[in-house]
Amino acid sequence: MTSGWWLALVVVAYLGLLFAIARYGDARADAGRSIITPNVYALSLAVYCTSWTFFGSVGRATSGGLSFLTIYLGPTLMCLFVGVLIKMIRISKAYRITSIADFIASRYGKSQLLAGLVTVIAVIGVVPYIALQLKAVAAGFDLLFGAGGHPFSWWGFDTTSLIAAALAVFTILFGTRHLDATERHEGLVTAIAFESLVKLLAFMAVGVFVTFVMFDGLGDLFQRAAASPELAQLLTLEGQRPSTWISLLLLSALAVVFLPRQFQVIVVENVDESHLRRAVWLFPLYLLLINIFVLPLALGGLLHFGGQAADPDIFVLTLPLAAGAEWLAMLAFIGGLSAATGMVIVETIALSTMVCNDLVMPMLLRSTWLKAEKSPDLSHWLLLIRRLAIGLILLLGYIYFRAAGEAYALVGIGLISFAAVAQFAPVLLGGMYWKLATRQGALAGLTAGFVVWAYTMLWPSFARSGWIDAGFVELGPFGITWLKAQALFGLGGLDEITHCLWWSFLANIGAYVGVSLATRPDALEVGQAERFVDVFRYARRLPDLQLWRGDASLHEMHALLERFLGAARARDQLLTYARRHGVADWRNLAVDAEFVHFAESALAGAIGSASARVMVSSVAREEHLGLDEVLNILDEASQVRAYSRELESKQQALEAATAELRAANDRLRELDRLKDDFISTVTHELRTPLTSIRAMSEMLYDDPRIDLVSRSRFLGIIVSETERLSRLINQILDMAKLESGRAEWTSSEVHVADLVRESMATLEHLFREKQVELSSDIPDQLPPVLADRDRLTQVLVNLLSNAVKFVPGGQGRVRVSVAIDGPAIRVAVADNGPGLTADESAVIFEKFRQGGNTMTDKPQGTGLGLPISRQIVEYFGGKLWVESAPGAGATFIFTVPLPVPDA
Amino acid sequence: MKNANPARQRLVALGLLGIPLLSYPVLGLPQGDWLGLPAIFVYLFGVWGGLIAGAAWLAERQGR
Amino acid sequence: MSKKILIVDDEPNIVISLEFLMKKEGFEVAVATDGDEALAQVASFRPDLLLLDVMMPKKSGYEVCEALRVDPSQAGLLIVMLTAKGRDTEVAKGLAIGADAYVTKPFSTKDLVLKVKDMLGLA
Repeated sequence: MTSGWWLALVVVAYLGLLFAIARYGDARADAGRSIITPNVYALSLAVYCTSWTFFGSVGRATSGGLSFLTIYLGPTLMCLFVGVLIKMIRISKAYRITSIADFIASRYGKSQLLAGLVTVIAVIGVVPYIALQLKAVAAGFDLLFGAGGHPFSWWGFDTTSLIAAALAVFTILFGTRHLDATERHEGLVTAIAFESLVKLLAFMAVGVFVTFVMFDGLGDLFQRAAASPELAQLLTLEGQRPSTWISLLLLSALAVVFLPRQFQVIVVENVDESHLRRAVWLFPLYLLLINIFVLPLALGGLLHFGGQAADPDIFVLTLPLAAGAEWLAMLAFIGGLSAATGMVIVETIALSTMVCNDLVMPMLLRSTWLKAEKSPDLSHWLLLIRRLAIGLILLLGYIYFRAAGEAYALVGIGLISFAAVAQFAPVLLGGMYWKLATRQGALAGLTAGFVVWAYTMLWPSFARSGWIDAGFVELGPFGITWLKAQALFGLGGLDEITHCLWWSFLANIGAYVGVSLATRPDALEVGQAERFVDVFRYARRLPDLQLWRGDASLHEMHALLERFLGAARARDQLLTYARRHGVADWRNLAVDAEFVHFAESALAGAIGSASARVMVSSVAREEHLGLDEVLNILDEASQVRAYSRELESKQQALEAATAELRAANDRLRELDRLKDDFISTVTHELRTPLTSIRAMSEMLYDDPRIDLVSRSRFLGIIVSETERLSRLINQILDMAKLESGRAEWTSSEVHVADLVRESMATLEHLFREKQVELSSDIPDQLPPVLADRDRLTQVLVNLLSNAVKFVPGGQGRVRVSVAIDGPAIRVAVADNGPGLTADESAVIFEKFRQGGNTMTDKPQGTGLGLPISRQIVEYFGGKLWVESAPGAGATFIFTVPLPVPDA
Repeated sequence: MKNANPARQRLVALGLLGIPLLSYPVLGLPQGDWLGLPAIFVYLFGVWGGLIAGAAWLAERQGR
Repeated sequence: MSKKILIVDDEPNIVISLEFLMKKEGFEVAVATDGDEALAQVASFRPDLLLLDVMMPKKSGYEVCEALRVDPSQAGLLIVMLTAKGRDTEVAKGLAIGADAYVTKPFSTKDLVLKVKDMLGLA
């Protein structure tokens, strides 16, 4: 291609741009103005989409139709189980977790052995995946750069080795620029998010071009494909094995979290838990968009190249080239390069951290060399180890590519890695939710799963490429057929991935659970299990303080921090810690359990929790806590928690009870006041007639010469006031009985019409005396109500006597009407008296509040008739009220509900 | 934040709904053409998009 | 010239007894049945002493008493509060707003007559 050197220039420029973006992101982070927004976080998760997605999916679709989608549907479902991710993030933040190996090791008692095992599995497992990237980029590079079909070479090195070397240099420059390796890499995450955008745009551009320019849209493509019998089967899922589909779904759901680079971006690089809220749908949306055109591209490639032997894994490049769109091919190459570099950078950084912290450090810590080494600052060493690890991992990737890469399509290679990292799932998820899981169990489970994976997946991949003898795959080792690598115990009929997943999980989970149940955890494991499983409860680090006992010197601790973090960072951390504890000079800090915990987690950030623990115990004289002691402390802690929760709820109950008491007291006080008022009023009402009686009696007694007219007048007054007094006392007693609920009620069928007529007859003489007209309107057919006949009569008599009292003599008119009003009988007593104002209408039902101001009315009433009547009516479930206006008479109305008919 | 977060639980419910919709035997159902496109293509992307929209709605609602 | 007494009460039978008592002692008597009427009668009838009930419609005895005490032209008027409310606070309140005496109902007719005469300087 003529554009070869031009392409090289663009690639260099693109990588330079990535550098600039990462720099900018880091600068912003240093300035405290992070540019990691929820969107950036979500895009950075799309580092999941590698060359596999960019190149491999199309290749896969040419043979498997839509089955390539499982790799993206699994992660979509996984994202919905966001609670698991949040718990993982919470734990990692609380205990300064730096990698997936660190996470697992920390959970199972900060075990160096376990950390090393996880690291080995991760490196071996991921190497094929890195080889995949190399293969894809090399293929693309050869296509664009080489002169059509002649692989490019330079000084005897093939393209792949050159690309591996270039990527190693780039990653070392890019990912380990910082001396400190503990903090988050915000610049890196920003650059990865940018790369995600580039690869999405590039892929969609090619998709749109092929679909709408080279063909006439989706419909056209699908129709033309349907016309060919070979292509038509790609448009259905027929011929797919459900077992494969489901295995891939499960595998990808696990891989999206447990691949070292995914764990890095999702968990370690997470700035804020709330970012997940966006990622939970934006990341799946990204996956959906980047996959829409995969099948159209595959079909387009197959249709366009027909029978020619074109590599479907690079259709993304060859299709635009075939249509003469070289610029688009170049854009696609940049997109593919983005996908590959993003994956390689993050994956190797994550792996190199693991290799450094969990493989090399433990060896160094044991070696005499480190002890002899006088240099106090080891942080430069840490960095060097990481850089070497990056180079080594890429070298391994290249070696695998040479050994096995040619025999597989891209996706096939990637799935080998997926199956490897899936082995982490049982111990990691189990560790988060199952306290009984032990280190022995985790070791057993991981080892068993890994061995089965290696035997059924990795080894056959070498065999397939002819690098080793394939006999054990086809015939079984030493001819033992039930040990055939891809049909263990005769389990045939499955594809290799499902076969591997089934057997490796069976071994993994079986060993993990079985051994966990059979072994007893040590003190440290119990403590860690508690912290991981109950991370949401240990918001305060209470148990951390209790689970460490011993002493250490500040000088030694400081030297230790300086050694691994570097002098400046160590001082920064100490200053921050001192400030948090209100100590001006960190040299005055007390070396207590909390300080030791702080130092250990600061170290853990740099060298992993297992190594950090070893280092801290090397300088701190630690009192060894026995398992029983730890269990006791945890027991106490949980008891304390239970107590405090109980206490809290008791306190709440107490507060509620206090409030209730206060309210009751207020009510009582109010009642007391009302009673006081009532007694005062009653006293007044009783004293008034007594006053007249006493005055009259004394006057008659003192002066026997009073004339007869006055004498009989006075005696008359005494008699009527005595009557008033008796009436008053009776009504007060009646009222008291009604109010206290001690009144005796009878209940019988009462015919209201009869009752009204009788009451009217009783009072007829009163009306006749005052010459007041009394009329009624009573229908014939009225159903009976359930009530106390005497009480109801009392109400009616009260209303009638009130009416006759207030109407003017001579022209007064009172009319009683009875009617059915909805579910009740309604009785109205209307008069043409002076009427009541709105205020009066309200108060006349209160005790001792009489209507009317004129002197003549006064002695007649006690002020208790209406309140008593209301009590009676309300007892039967009815209502008593007045409708009136001044000068327009008053109508007193009461209702008595009709009995509810039996249903 | 407690474990029993209602939005998280709704998302999990959505995930539990998605599992049967995106695996066998339901996947055997879409046959032939829908809207001029292969039925399974429309079905897979439709369900997928629906899950994403549901997740977006649940996750981004105020008050989580 | 006989002393003038104004009886203010809304209970007709009490008014009857008081009127009879006072007239028998030779006082000139007028009657009012509520607070407003009482103020009007004070102005026109110009009594020397007021027998004033507390619980009355329209204006209470307290209000009548207060109104009279701020009126300089009625400075020499004697006021006897009559009430059925015998609580200590009410007695204190009556005296505080300027009543000259406080009599609780029911009262002894002899005592009342003696007290009235004493206050008018006739005993």
